[in-house]
Amino acid sequence: MKNINQRNIKQRIDSRKKDPLSMILFYMVYLAAFLSFLVIAFIVIYILIKGAPHLSKGLFALTYTTKNVSLLPALINTLLITLLTLLIAVPVGISASIYLTEYARRNNPLVAIIRVATETLSGIPSIIYGLFGALFFVKYAHFGLSLLSGAITLSIMILPLIMRTTEEALLSVPDGYREGAFALGAGKLRTIFKIVLPSAIPGIFSGIILAIGRIIGESAALIFTAGTVAEVARSVFSSSRTLAVHMYAISGEGLYLNQTYATAVVLLGLVIGINILSGFVARRLGSEMGDE
Amino acid sequence: MNHKKEKMMQGVFFLAACISIVSVLLICIFLMANGLPAIKEIGIKNFLLGEVWRPSSNEFGILPMIVGSLYVTLGALVIGVPIGIFTAVFMAKFCPPILYKPLKSAINLMAGIPSVVYGFFGLVVLVPFVRNYIGGYGMGVLTASILLGIMILPTIVSVSESAIRAVPNHYYEGGLALGASHERSIFFVVLPAAKRGILASVILGLGRAVGETMAVIMVAGNQAILPSSLTSGVRTLTTNIVMEMGYSSGLHRQALIGTSVILFLFVLIVNIIFSLLRKED
Repeated sequence: MKNINQRNIKQRIDSRKKDPLSMILFYMVYLAAFLSFLVIAFIVIYILIKGAPHLSKGLFALTYTTKNVSLLPALINTLLITLLTLLIAVPVGISASIYLTEYARRNNPLVAIIRVATETLSGIPSIIYGLFGALFFVKYAHFGLSLLSGAITLSIMILPLIMRTTEEALLSVPDGYREGAFALGAGKLRTIFKIVLPSAIPGIFSGIILAIGRIIGESAALIFTAGTVAEVARSVFSSSRTLAVHMYAISGEGLYLNQTYATAVVLLGLVIGINILSGFVARRLGSEMGDE
Repeated sequence: MNHKKEKMMQGVFFLAACISIVSVLLICIFLMANGLPAIKEIGIKNFLLGEVWRPSSNEFGILPMIVGSLYVTLGALVIGVPIGIFTAVFMAKFCPPILYKPLKSAINLMAGIPSVVYGFFGLVVLVPFVRNYIGGYGMGVLTASILLGIMILPTIVSVSESAIRAVPNHYYEGGLALGASHERSIFFVVLPAAKRGILASVILGLGRAVGETMAVIMVAGNQAILPSSLTSGVRTLTTNIVMEMGYSSGLHRQALIGTSVILFLFVLIVNIIFSLLRKED
């Protein structure tokens, strides 16, 4: 739908000269947008330029020493904690969404309570999750400062995200699919696992990608649950720091400015990768649904 | 047997759905159980209104932190909200179509950048900038506000943008038909119609600013005193916890958990306002 009477920029500016308020608003909109995008570009480019030259081989050594300030152990821990968190949160989140969309009746009061609970969870700051994890999983449950405590804490944190995206995905599966399966004699469970879930996978997947992004960037919730030991975790019960916590730790020591820049580059690279991936999934999703 | 399996799985799904409720309850119970006794022991008035935080001499007043959190959050809103809303207007109504996709992904990327990276950026860029051009040591209310203002931008832009887009196009066209300019019909017809969604974006940004920890800790200076000027150091509720949790014990530790109870209450109020705004939509 192309606008027929489109005018070029100069004509638009000319017509605004007669109306100062419009002109001021026009400039403010462009100024604000320019500022926003300048800031984001500046942050990314500044970190890349300052950090990329310091991505030395020593940073990727297998063991951390105060000399090489290797980030590889932290990177591996990030991977481990991401896997463990997803292993806990994804099945729980998907099951919960299945209950909400496929089983619960609309006027069930429990559904309203669950909604309030997930909304509350998604608004809680990560430091409170961290503190809760320290009180409950580390101390009360005796998991200690460990990969496991960190992962369970993070799973609660990303649960609302997984549930919301999965629910949207399940709701977008047309009812005809379910009715078709029932008509062919499939039970409810079989319908869900063979028909509904497979068609909702791209949507669920995009939620998981968003969750991975949050896990990678998280630090406040992990300091007091997974701890700050700069070694690759030997088991789920050993304390270990992720890349974001690692970056916080070495930036606080003040001796490793260049290495901190380089670590920031790696973190930023991961986040950019996640963003590209999620854009890709969203496009796949869009074309599969055949909309627009 | 099939029937039994169906019933069992339904039970499993039901239990999974209840986990979010259980989590919220556990978080409430554990924070309250560990924090409230300390607040009671210190005295609620001394705790909330005490101006001195000196754990070594058993003085636990968190007023400086409450004020600190309010200042930096307010500062973040002053910086982030106008820029964010104008940028949202740009994205929804001004952006040339070819630029839209890259700019949208830039906003998404901005939302995904970890707090430590923001904090580090603040430390190496904003802190020296404020120190050299504005004054003070560079770490303080102003620096933290600018950084938080930047961090809440993507939230405000995306939520406001979708609120603006949700206004039916004939509002805008009606404005034009009455002779209003492009800008006038957006700012005086479309925006008022989207005000609830825009307000929700501000509340969401506020919640993010109140709860932000790791970025603030790196640029705020963290002195537990009432800030006297824009450039003086400040400690927020969140950073108070991270600063001292590692080595604290006894009443000190409980007082820190008490700090988190206050923070939690703040966040709950913000959440309730947010969901009320959503519900009436």
